[in-house]
Amino acid sequence: MVLEVIVALPLAGWLINGLAGGRLPRGVVGAIGCGTVGAACAASVMAAGDPAVAGGGLTATLFTWLSAGEFTVSAGLFMDRLSALMALVVTGVGFLIHVYSIGYMADDPAYARYFAYLNLFVASMLLLVLGGNLLVLFVGWELVGLCSYLLIGFWFDRERAASSGRKAFIVNRIGDAGFLLGILLLATTAGNLQFDRLAAASGGMAPGLLTAATLLLFAGATGKSAQLPLYVWLPDAMEGPTPVSALIHAATMVTAGVYMIARLHPLFLHAGYTLSVVAAVGAVTAFFAATVALVEWDLKRVLAYSTISQLGYMFLAMGVVMMPAGMFHLTTHAFFKALLFLAAGSVMHAMRGVVDMRRLGGLAGPMRWTAAGFAVGGLALAGVPPFAGFFSKDLILEGAFEWAQRGGAMLVWIAGLATAFVTAVYVTRAMMLTFAGPAADPGHPHEAPAVMGLPMAVLAALSFGGGLLGARVAGEPLLRYLEPFFVDSAIGVLKDRPMPAAGVITALPVAVSLAGILAGFALYRDRREVTLGALGRFLSHQWYIETLYDAVIVTPAKRLAHLLADVVETRGIDGAVNGVGALVGRAGLAVRGLQTGFVRNYAAAILAGTILMLGYWLFR
Amino acid sequence: MTPPAVDLRLLVPELVVTATAVAVMLAGLFLPAGRQHLLRWLAAVGTLAALGTTLTAGADPTPAFAGMYVRDALTRVIQATALLAVLLAQWLSGEYVERTGLEAGEYYALMLVAALGAMLMAASSDLIMLFLGLETLSIPLYVLAAFARTDLRSQEAGLKYFLLGAFGTAFFLYGIALLFGATGSTGYRALAEHARTPAVIFQAGLALLTIGLAFKAAVVPFHFWAPDVYEGAPLPATAYMSVIAKVGAFAAFLRVYVVALAAQAGEWSTLLAAISVLTMIVGNVAALRQTSIKRLLAYSSIAHAGFILTGVVAGTPSGASAVAFYLLAYTFMTLGAFAVVLMLHRRGEEADQIADLTGVAWRAPALGGAMALFMVSLAGLPPTAGFLAKFYVFTAALDAGQIGVVVTGVLTSVVSAYYYLRVAYTMFTGQPHEDVGFAGGRWVTAALVTASAGVVVLGIFPGRVISFVQQVGQAMR
Repeated sequence: MVLEVIVALPLAGWLINGLAGGRLPRGVVGAIGCGTVGAACAASVMAAGDPAVAGGGLTATLFTWLSAGEFTVSAGLFMDRLSALMALVVTGVGFLIHVYSIGYMADDPAYARYFAYLNLFVASMLLLVLGGNLLVLFVGWELVGLCSYLLIGFWFDRERAASSGRKAFIVNRIGDAGFLLGILLLATTAGNLQFDRLAAASGGMAPGLLTAATLLLFAGATGKSAQLPLYVWLPDAMEGPTPVSALIHAATMVTAGVYMIARLHPLFLHAGYTLSVVAAVGAVTAFFAATVALVEWDLKRVLAYSTISQLGYMFLAMGVVMMPAGMFHLTTHAFFKALLFLAAGSVMHAMRGVVDMRRLGGLAGPMRWTAAGFAVGGLALAGVPPFAGFFSKDLILEGAFEWAQRGGAMLVWIAGLATAFVTAVYVTRAMMLTFAGPAADPGHPHEAPAVMGLPMAVLAALSFGGGLLGARVAGEPLLRYLEPFFVDSAIGVLKDRPMPAAGVITALPVAVSLAGILAGFALYRDRREVTLGALGRFLSHQWYIETLYDAVIVTPAKRLAHLLADVVETRGIDGAVNGVGALVGRAGLAVRGLQTGFVRNYAAAILAGTILMLGYWLFR
Repeated sequence: MTPPAVDLRLLVPELVVTATAVAVMLAGLFLPAGRQHLLRWLAAVGTLAALGTTLTAGADPTPAFAGMYVRDALTRVIQATALLAVLLAQWLSGEYVERTGLEAGEYYALMLVAALGAMLMAASSDLIMLFLGLETLSIPLYVLAAFARTDLRSQEAGLKYFLLGAFGTAFFLYGIALLFGATGSTGYRALAEHARTPAVIFQAGLALLTIGLAFKAAVVPFHFWAPDVYEGAPLPATAYMSVIAKVGAFAAFLRVYVVALAAQAGEWSTLLAAISVLTMIVGNVAALRQTSIKRLLAYSSIAHAGFILTGVVAGTPSGASAVAFYLLAYTFMTLGAFAVVLMLHRRGEEADQIADLTGVAWRAPALGGAMALFMVSLAGLPPTAGFLAKFYVFTAALDAGQIGVVVTGVLTSVVSAYYYLRVAYTMFTGQPHEDVGFAGGRWVTAALVTASAGVVVLGIFPGRVISFVQQVGQAMR
């Protein structure tokens, strides 16, 4: 019962704010928006405390959704330890961001629409993480994509917001096509989409088939979680309101791909080399996105590339079979990246929407608390102990090193380490450009109101102390909590994890992070503009990846559509007939014109088709 | 030789439809101009009665008329879909027909006769019966396309449809002649028997038959007529023909291929797979650049014909059930989308440009929400009818090993999301045109509500509908 309530609460918020929000006072709209998510959070805590969650999992079957012979799928919810963690992150961070939004969106005319969309998003995300089978997960997966599209294009009167929303949707659809094919493949081979059944069936499935299915599912993950090669939508998604960026494009939705792999890890473990692909994609994406973040001038886009990079870490963790560490990083990242986004939002709020760091600066004075929050988030992102990001990132790198020793590629670990360095540099740069030095803008920035400050304070505390969830000194409570979920997959990396061969392996990431911060200070002190020459150009064009897509995919696709719609379909065949439309008033002639059109064009097409078809049947 | 038995009892649904058509036409003649709206009630009651008799009729395979006609589960499911389509289309048309001064009695009668044709095609177990059904379906549609007699575009559409339709029919008929020459019979059973050792003449006949059906279903490369005809015909007629022609044509595809020639699936599935792939690609890509909603939905209907065909390609009982489910979902979502367009007008004319929808959702949020729902469903996104429909046909095709078809289907669905969402998006952005006004009424609203409910129920609570359409597959096992 409690599971239904968790999903139903934000759904009710969506219905109320969506249908009647325009007529309700703003206070009520905000209260409904935040209250439903807060209540869902409380319900999630209650549900997570249920002993069933620690056992086989808490299930709630609503009805049989579809059945075809042997194959049935129920509309069911399911909460085990993994889902419990995700539900808590989604509702907890979600609640804080909803509260922040009350202040951030206070002057927006479409206040009710905003909260309606946001509540719908939370409900969809909860459906995704609490779905009891792959098809329900897919429904959530598509719905969060839809909400993301609506929220990126929230200010649709701005052309860029509108086109970014469309871009996000289309790129995600490409990944989702892979995801759907993966589901179809599993449905026809395993005959069931229930998670536990899939896990049980995975051992007996043909490895080639399983590899294909998991790679297709992973293709979906690269779309939703903005990994190479489908990352292109996330930087543009920053056109949406900043709390949306914090919630959807940093803390929750984009981690869906990581969750999906964790959820289906028995399949991925049995699937030959899929996990190696995952590790490689994660490592390359992590490094690539970090280097691009180095040269971005838009503060939010820096954070967007940073998110892509950190998601790369999570996939890296999944790929090197350090899955609990990946989930741990997902959790800490949700804290500190949400904090960074909310701090950036606070800057934008104060500076009337300015996000270009060249026009920012000197904000540490007037916006002391925001600057402090950003600093905490930045240190956590850079991986400086004892901030949260340090523990999770360290564990991932440790896993990558062990993986290399077990026969994996050492390059993955090296890429992770290099990324740690670049990360520290770009976050220092962002901090310096935004908050240090003399004020670049003569306006009068003001500190955010309490309703925005408090959520940031809570997130700052979590970004500072969240590492204890997985710190060895604290007994690694989160990792131990997740252990039973991952244990059946014979990962076993946690239980008898050997102490790293040398202290160097642990010390290295810290040293690298500190070196990166120092380098950042050295390079960008006095807010200097460092031009990196040809390298800088290469980076600021995102390695020319989008240019390549435009040349190889987008332009040819447009040409094909033009060819089919305007040349073949219109001019070639229809044109002769449509030209007749111009002969209005000369009806007699029109009919004659029509007939010539038929004989010459339509009949030719029909004849061609007929010959082809007869030819097939007769000369096969 | 004894004369064949006349089993009229089995024909009750068809007889009710025929009687309704005649009654509506006569009533249209005698009712005074001010009372023509009563025709709607008459047509609706008659159609509902037919629907009721169809649903209560037995589903055990019962042949009649010396094996020309069969009433089984496929008959029942397809006939119910056809009747639902004609019912919704009547509701859609009501206000439009009266507003534009069309002859309501004839209009409803023609719609009903077309539905009768589709029903007969579903019940055919003989090529002659199939041909009769096909012509009973097609001829009223030619007339409906040209129904706005004073509109040159409508005339053009009607003439074009008629000439090309006649062309298609000729192929079809010639195919039947060859098949008769090869088998000495026009019954499906004879087809099945001769298909094992096919003569050249048999194969040529089958190819021509397929061309005729491909014509009616508007699949590539026999689709060229559809965008022109859809664009020129009166809007509600376009809506209706885009659905009922598909229902009839795919009923025939199921009868001929999945029922009669099931054992030879290897022989024909490659060809149909190629047609299906081509149709999905051309329909979806060509739709990208359309500016007229009628043309967009025309290409959309071509694309969906490709998707539906994947279920036929599967050639299995579950493929047949999936096709039946898809037709039902397609009926709801396509007629729903047309209903939204019918609720608008541009200075009294049809608001048939995508640009006419600009910002309409802010003036009528429910209309915008409904359109968004239909577009999401047409694009095949969960949790709507369109998603489950695709899920079913694709699973069936994958089970039959048609990987290429499924991959094309899923990828072209991605393309389709682009143009469908553009329509929904247009409704929610920008300033509404001053020329565009609302032309809704109670009847079209009822159609809109029914279609929305259909899309949602088929997407989220499809249990009963699925067990209904599964009778189709179960009957074939």
